[in-house]
Formats: sequence, structure tokens, C-alpha cells
Amino acid sequence: MKRRDYVSILPRSVAFAFLAPAVLFLATFLIFPVIWVLVISFTNTALTGPAGTSPSFVGVSNFSQLFNFARWMRLGEFGNALVNTVIFVLGSALLGQVPLGLAIAMLFHKRRGLSRELVFSLATMAWILPGVAVAFAWIAFLDKDFGNLNAILSVFGISKIDWYFDFPLYSIILFNVWRGTAFSMLLFSAALGNIPPSFWETADVIGASAWQRFRDIIFPLIRPNLFTALILVTLWTFNVFTPYLITGGGPLYRSETVSMYTYRIAFKFLEFGRGAAVAVIMMSINFILATIYLSLQRRRSLYGR
Amino acid sequence: MRWCWLVVMLVLGVGLSTVGETITLTVTARAVRGGVNSALVEWLEDRVFPAFVEWMRSQGKDVIVNFIQFGGSDEALKQQYALDLKVGRGADILGFDGFWIPEFDAAGLIKPLEEIVGSQVWDWDGWSYIPQGMREILGYRGKVYGLPIGTDVRVIFYRCDLFEKAGVIPAGSGLRWQPRSWEELLNTARYIKKVLPDVIPLQINAGTEMGEATTMQGWFMVLLGTGIHMYDFETGKWYGMHPGILEALNFYKTVYVDERLGDARLQLIPGARARTFELFRDGKIAMLVEGDWFWRSVLAPGSEWAIPNRNEVVDWAMMPAKEPGAGYRGQNFVTISGGTGFILNPNTAHPQEAWALLSFAFSWEMQMEFQKIQPRIRSRVDVPVIGDPVMSEMAKALLPYTTVRPMLPGYPKISYQAQLMTERVVSGQMSPEEAMAEYAEALKSIVGPESVIVLQEK
Repeated sequence: MKRRDYVSILPRSVAFAFLAPAVLFLATFLIFPVIWVLVISFTNTALTGPAGTSPSFVGVSNFSQLFNFARWMRLGEFGNALVNTVIFVLGSALLGQVPLGLAIAMLFHKRRGLSRELVFSLATMAWILPGVAVAFAWIAFLDKDFGNLNAILSVFGISKIDWYFDFPLYSIILFNVWRGTAFSMLLFSAALGNIPPSFWETADVIGASAWQRFRDIIFPLIRPNLFTALILVTLWTFNVFTPYLITGGGPLYRSETVSMYTYRIAFKFLEFGRGAAVAVIMMSINFILATIYLSLQRRRSLYGR
Repeated sequence: MRWCWLVVMLVLGVGLSTVGETITLTVTARAVRGGVNSALVEWLEDRVFPAFVEWMRSQGKDVIVNFIQFGGSDEALKQQYALDLKVGRGADILGFDGFWIPEFDAAGLIKPLEEIVGSQVWDWDGWSYIPQGMREILGYRGKVYGLPIGTDVRVIFYRCDLFEKAGVIPAGSGLRWQPRSWEELLNTARYIKKVLPDVIPLQINAGTEMGEATTMQGWFMVLLGTGIHMYDFETGKWYGMHPGILEALNFYKTVYVDERLGDARLQLIPGARARTFELFRDGKIAMLVEGDWFWRSVLAPGSEWAIPNRNEVVDWAMMPAKEPGAGYRGQNFVTISGGTGFILNPNTAHPQEAWALLSFAFSWEMQMEFQKIQPRIRSRVDVPVIGDPVMSEMAKALLPYTTVRPMLPGYPKISYQAQLMTERVVSGQMSPEEAMAEYAEALKSIVGPESVIVLQEK
């Protein structure tokens, strides 16, 4: 494609002057910290102990420790956290939030009234309430002895289930679906609203079935939104930390995700060097996801829909 | 040269404002009024601070003293301190656990009293009442960093009411229970499990969730009973593999996995320690290995998990060695001591006033005030345990048997590995042999292979 030449209204130097504050801001708060984390990840920097006063360069040993395949799948090691994260993202974002959000949006499409307002308000509430508050609510909800869920299940004769102990990862997946579905729901709801009414009228006229409407109208038209939702939700879910407030990554690190692992190494063990190494890996994964998202976004805006 | 005038005026301004200025001192510790370590807040805020402010006023100085309550775990407080101190902030006086000292000192985050206050710190008359052993609680390499509140010991606490109900002790006999070996202890637990199936017979700390409470109240109490310590003070090496470690792990396996005399889940859930306190209070745990802190601060009337008739329903026994005479240094019974206290923040803007407050709090009068609120083993030899015969009896019986943790910067990391080792066994993830092999490997990477003892035979 050919670059279009714009007629500049400002001399180049003035343009750079206007850009400077933003560049400076980004450099100070984004680029410099990233480089700093990268540098630290090759040292044994720690807050306490002898390495606290005289950190030394340790090469790639922080990274090789993370990828020590003989033990990395042990509970509490990096591999375990990585696998947990993948399951968490797949379960709560790809299989949970996005399809559920789409389902709710479709269910209430072109409907008005109390039920829609109620569902939308509740879902949005779950999304915007402070994390600490909802974490406490969920601890109470899934408690083995006094939790609401077990109380409800006991009505159906199901004996007490120890959710956080026996199913910690599924518990936080369930929590995160509840927590984040609103985003997909709102996004798809807006996308559905943008579909020209004539399409629906045509579908009515030719007597298209619900499945045909979905396959031939909804899916092609909301595909870009679907993609946006998948990537953004994956990105957020990958980094989300709120479940830590519920399970603390436990028991036995069975619900520990990479973000919790990073926190534990860097801020509980106070080993910044090792923590930075995990952070570098996390940033790389984020970077890849963000690149995919941005490049597709750009392609879409260049070619139009 | 206009800026020059500006500087002069600024200096003058600052100088003038400090004359007759009110000094604010802050103290923090893991203590909340009506919550954890409530007695400490009551003592400081109600007794020490008012008296100190009065005393300073009589010397023509205006001071305000604030206590910052911290309600999180010990581990969270340590994390807070490390972050605060690294950026040169934090309260003037910090409630500190003795075993953190080497790790913080090695990182240059804290300094000995002498360096913060100056040599006049030794002019305080209280020093002559604080013996060397007590000074070492907040000491490292011969330097003293603060003043210890006191020391402690660890025992088995048991519910007399459950013991009588089960028939371990004849009801109303006033007899006391004291096991002489692990087998006797386990037999009591087995018996209670049979007679009182709803009660958890024995809870002995394991797992990383409880942090240092696992190492001190759990791992050490079992390991010392096999005849070894975690660290060999003579050779300066750590025990990585040893039959004693294996015996200790097998004890855990018996309790939590093979016979389920204890509830492993209770060790692994978030907030595990508070949950054991709650269950012991409610009479759902028959025996719990804990420090005397549990008696005087957790169960004491008015505390968070208070048992109103504590003295009738709770008693204690010494932790036996595996066999009589098989314990550490050939002992029949084992225990270990730690201690907390207060250190000065090296970043304090008022080192002299902060030291004045700290030494004032450790004066005989103020320590006696503390004894009235919470009797315990104090660091001053001229301050007796008053009003709590149980506490004094515990101290008298167990101080001869006690030992301490090695004061080394690497200890906290190794302690975590010991917690992880117990966790792997009680959760059934690994056999004792596998868990010990992992522990030895981790030790080697922390302190170097040359500092790890690997022994297959006793």
C-alpha cells in the first residue's frame, strides 16, 4: 500500500515539540521501567539478605531456574502456574465470558423491559464493583460450611462440597466468569444494535430459522467484535490478580496463576531478580497478544469492515 | 544573587520553626486493640505513651506519640517493613521478630542501636537487668538492634473438658496429662479419635500457609524430638538428609495421612492459623501444639479467641521426645524459644527521642504495668511473672530445655523449605523420602552444597 502524503500544517520541529511531553511521559513511566525490569532479571537483586546491599549479575540463571524442566511442574513452581493460567484463561475467558456475554446479548436483543434492565444491571455491577468487596462476597458464597451455594445445593440433597479446597481452580474460573461477562455482553449488545434493521426484515420475509440468522447475519457482522472481545478478555484474564484475594493461589498452589506467582516471588519472598524474570516472561506473552490485537485492528481500519 | 537571599530566608524559616516544635513519634507492631495482641496496644497507648509524654513535658519537650495498628499476618508485616525501610521510611519504632534481624541487617535495612543513637545508648540503667541471652533475641554478630519484649516456649495445649469427656483423665480428679514419648502422644490421639469422632484429636502445624508458625510450633517441635536441630551449631552446617528428618516426617505422615489424627485441610486453607484458634476455642480440637503466646494472648479473657473459663478447660503438657532421652541434647522433652521486641528505625528523624521512648517503655515501672495487663516471661530479670501461675510454671519447666533458631541471613529461606517439606508430606503429594530429598536439594542451592549435611545413618 502507498503512504499518503499529508500536507503538513506545522513545521517538523514544532511538531516534535508538541510530541515531546507524551514521549517523555511514556519513556519515564513505560519504557524505562521495562528496561529496568529486564536489567534486574539478570541479577539476584533482593530486598533482604546479602543480595540486598550488593546484588550481582547472575546471567540467565533466573530464567533457567524457571524453566528447570525436572521440577517445573511441581506445585508452587513456574510450570504449574503457567498451566493453571492457561486453564484459567481458556475456562474463564474463551469458554466462559465471551460465549456467555454473546448469549445474554442475543437473548435480550431488541427487547426492552424489566428483565433486560435487571440482567444488564446485575452483570454490569459484578464488573464494576471493587475487587476486594467481591472477593469477600465470593469467599462467603463458596464457603464449605456456611456458604450460600452449599446451602442452596443442600435443598437438592447434595452434600457439602469443599469448593476452595477440592476445586480451587474451577472456583476462581467461575468467579472470573461472573466478574467479567459484562464486558462481552455490552460489546456484543452494541454490535447487534448496529446491524441494519433491513437485514432482520429480509430474514423475516424469507423465513430464516434462528440458526440461519445467526450463521448468515449475526456471525459475519459481529466477527470483528468477537475477535476484539477474545483478545482483550484473554489479555486481561492473563493479568488478573483479584482471584488471589479469594484463594491466595492455594491450597498447595493449585490455583496459582502466573501473576500470583510473580507477586509471591517478588513481594512475598522479596526476591526482585527472580520476580523480574517472571515479569519479563509475562510481558513477552502480553506483548505477543497485544501485537496480534493491534495488527488485526490496524488491518481492519485500513481495509474497512 | 537574589536566589541567595531566598536560600538564607528558607534556612532561617526552617530553623525558627524547629524551635519549640512538637516532635511526633510513631510506633508500629502487629497489634490491634480488641484483636491480635490487643494487650500490647493497651499497654502502649494507655500506660506508656501518656506517662512518656508527661515525662518529656517535665523536661520541656513537647512530644506526640502515635501507635499504628497492623492487623495482617507476621509475613505481611515483614513485607511491609522491607518495603518501607528500603525507601527510607517507616515508623520510628518497629515491632520486630528476632529472626528477621540477620536478613534485614545483611541488606543494610536496619542498624544497631549504637549506630542510630550513639554510644550514650549504653548509659541506660536498664541494661544491667537484661541478660546477654535476652539481648541476643534482637541481636546479631554481637550487636544489639533493639529491646526484646520477652521470650517464649512451646508446649502441647489440651482441652481438659474433652480429655475428661473421653476418659483420658478421670473427671474431677484434677490429674494432669503428660505423654513421655511420641507413641504415648499418638495413643492418646487415637483414643480420642475413637471415643470422640467429631473432635480433631491432634493438630501440629505444617505447611507454608502458616509460615514461621509451622517451623516453630510444628517442625522444630517434632524434629528436636529425634535428637537433631535444623542446624548444627558446631560445624555451622544445615541438616539436609538425616534419619531424624525422616522420623519427623513420618510422624507427620502418621498424624495427617495414615491415621488422620489431625486435619490436613486445616493446615492448608487460607487463614489456617486463625481457624485452628477458632476450633480449639470451640472445643473441636483436643490437642494443639502452640507457643505460650497462645495461652496469654489468644485464649486470654478479653482476647480475640478468648475462652472465658480458660483456666478450667485448658491445660498444657511438655512435648515429649520420640523416646525418653532421644531428644535434642539427650533430653526427654523439647521446646524452642523465639522472641519479638522493638527496634529503632535507622531512618528516624528523632533518634534520641525515639530511644528515650523505647528505654522508657522498658523501664521497670512500665514493664510492671505490662505484666499487669499480660503476665509473661519478660526480658528484665527484675520483672517477675505476676498473677499467672500457669505462665510462670510453663516458663520454669521449659526454659531449661529450650533452644533457639540459628541467627543467620539464610534462615528464613530454609525455614520456608522446611514448611514446604511438611506440606508435601501432609497433603500426600510426596513420600517422606521424596520430600526430604527435595529439601536437601533446595538447601544446597540456598547455602551451597558444602554447608549441607547429608547423612543416611545415625
